[in-house]
Amino acid sequence: MAEITLDKVVKKYGAASVVHGIDLEIAHEEFVVLVGPSGCGKSTTLRMIAGLEDISGGIVRIGDRVVNDLPPRKRNISMVFQNYALYPHMNVRENLGFGLKIAGESPDNISKRVDEAAAVLGLTPLLDRTPAELSGGQRQRVAMGRAIVRRPEVFLFDEPLSNLDAKLRGQMRAEIKKLHQKVRTTVVYVTHDQVEAMTLADRIVVMRDGRIEQVGTPMEAFNHPRTTFVATFIGSPPMNLLPGVIAGGAVRLADGTTVPVPDRLKPHARDGRKVTLGIRPDDISPVGHGLSQDGPGAEVDLTVELAEPLGMESLIYTRLAGQEVLAKLYGPRIVQPGEQLTFRMALDRAHLFDAETGQSLRLD
Amino acid sequence: MSLAVESQTSKQLKRAGLTALTFLLMVVMCVPGLWVVLSAFRPNGEILAKPPIWIPEAPTFDNFRKIFGLGTDQVAIPVGSYFMNSLIIAMTSTVIALAIGMAGGYAFARYRFRGKGSIFLGLMLFRAVPGIALSLPVFIIWSKLGIIDTKIGLIIVYVSLNVPFTIWLIDGFFRQIPLSLSEAAQVDGCTRWQAFWKIEFPLARSGIAAAGVFAFLTSWNEFALASQLTRSTSSKTLPVGLLDFTAQFTIDWAGMCAMAVIIIIPALILTFLVQKHLIAGLTFGGVKG
Repeated sequence: MAEITLDKVVKKYGAASVVHGIDLEIAHEEFVVLVGPSGCGKSTTLRMIAGLEDISGGIVRIGDRVVNDLPPRKRNISMVFQNYALYPHMNVRENLGFGLKIAGESPDNISKRVDEAAAVLGLTPLLDRTPAELSGGQRQRVAMGRAIVRRPEVFLFDEPLSNLDAKLRGQMRAEIKKLHQKVRTTVVYVTHDQVEAMTLADRIVVMRDGRIEQVGTPMEAFNHPRTTFVATFIGSPPMNLLPGVIAGGAVRLADGTTVPVPDRLKPHARDGRKVTLGIRPDDISPVGHGLSQDGPGAEVDLTVELAEPLGMESLIYTRLAGQEVLAKLYGPRIVQPGEQLTFRMALDRAHLFDAETGQSLRLD
Repeated sequence: MSLAVESQTSKQLKRAGLTALTFLLMVVMCVPGLWVVLSAFRPNGEILAKPPIWIPEAPTFDNFRKIFGLGTDQVAIPVGSYFMNSLIIAMTSTVIALAIGMAGGYAFARYRFRGKGSIFLGLMLFRAVPGIALSLPVFIIWSKLGIIDTKIGLIIVYVSLNVPFTIWLIDGFFRQIPLSLSEAAQVDGCTRWQAFWKIEFPLARSGIAAAGVFAFLTSWNEFALASQLTRSTSSKTLPVGLLDFTAQFTIDWAGMCAMAVIIIIPALILTFLVQKHLIAGLTFGGVKG
């Protein structure tokens, strides 16, 4: 069993604190993605789990062992690095077998397990090549092979796909997911790419400035963001945020436009409270071109400033209460700049955040 | 079309100019060496002939025979001892300078510590001081310590002469090796020590070999300090031994040239043996790119 527990984990460099006492429990065989902008402490956290960074405070457990003072080799983990970190002076076979050789496995056993791992990742024809003779995707696979061949309790991935081009990244993302389904292991995966986080994770950990902003399934983070930061970080294009004030059961925006407060948020919407209205582009669509026409809604007339057709849908840039707002039009229909359309906001999926704290009102 | 032809011609002219310049530079550098080698194989009279005789008229190994005491007339120069002294002093000081250079270079490349920048700068400044400027203080200290005219005395001088250079060169090579390789090895089950020997050392090998060659050649060829600090057959090195060919009124040019050839050969062989390692670039490919 390899659950991972972080208990008030702190990382300091001199006086500067980069991780401020985070708590996290990762279940056995769970795929957890740490996601956040650069500098949020996600890689540092991963490296503390790996044992590559000293832990300045708190406790890290893997299984039932406190690993704070154990070197990486005693933690029964393996790691895929952003730059792959393949050993350039060894061929693929030696790269894959290196960990087993160090562990003192017999040559027969090493060769058997290297062949198995190579077969899983389609590396068999490449075993005698050196890293320099491989493409980016192949190197990535070797790095993953090196991680699985030792059958560790925990896999750590540090932005493994960020050096690949978009197409290959999509492919490798799927391969990592398949690999996890085949080789059930606890995985901690670090990325700044919210698409990777959404698609791969059992649970997402959104980090910001060395703190955990939200932990939850991808759908929880998407549907119920706890803060404006999570709301804009998860989901692409990001959620529209419009400042306003509660007045008479509605949100009055800067230009006087009113949007009714959804019923489920009414208990938190006392008059005069300054709020931020959050609504995803998917939930603002020209009438007749939205995802759903049911449920509570509000209609506004807006002028199209720019349209980006994406095939079956178009992204529309418009302006509401003096602020740029993104909307989506579903269905193949050409939209011209300057065109005036009636948009419908699906209010059952709208969010309200406290204007000062950025916290969702539903957390009051 | 005419433009293309013109640029073609100007390119050819440029190349011809560069070739001529290179040739000239090579002549300036090589002719003295060539003269030494040619002179090693002919008698003294031919060396001093005017006008100069370039190609030896009757090539002979007599000079070498004389040095090694194989000919009829004996020359009382113990070349064998000098050679062994040179070999022992150069090898030992190189090995020590490399060991210190590897440890120091690795530390400078991989660790953060107080005063790192100043220590590094200090080492480089020390390298800038001409060794001969230190010869008098070194002579006094060495004679007080009783290690004047000993191999160990010279070894210590050469180690301190070479260490700043080996640290600087090896530091550069370790810096080129991504830290993540050592980290990956540690995750794969290595201790930091194993990660160094199995991953980082093989990748820095070419740099370490280069540093070794330079350190060896510095010690092997050094004359000024050795001539101050050594006196007897038991510690004199080959370059100092060259002086034995000068007497009050005569200089045995032929013998000196033959001995110079003997000095050059091991250096050439060494450079030839490690030239494969001198070509760096092994590190690339393991990481993205």
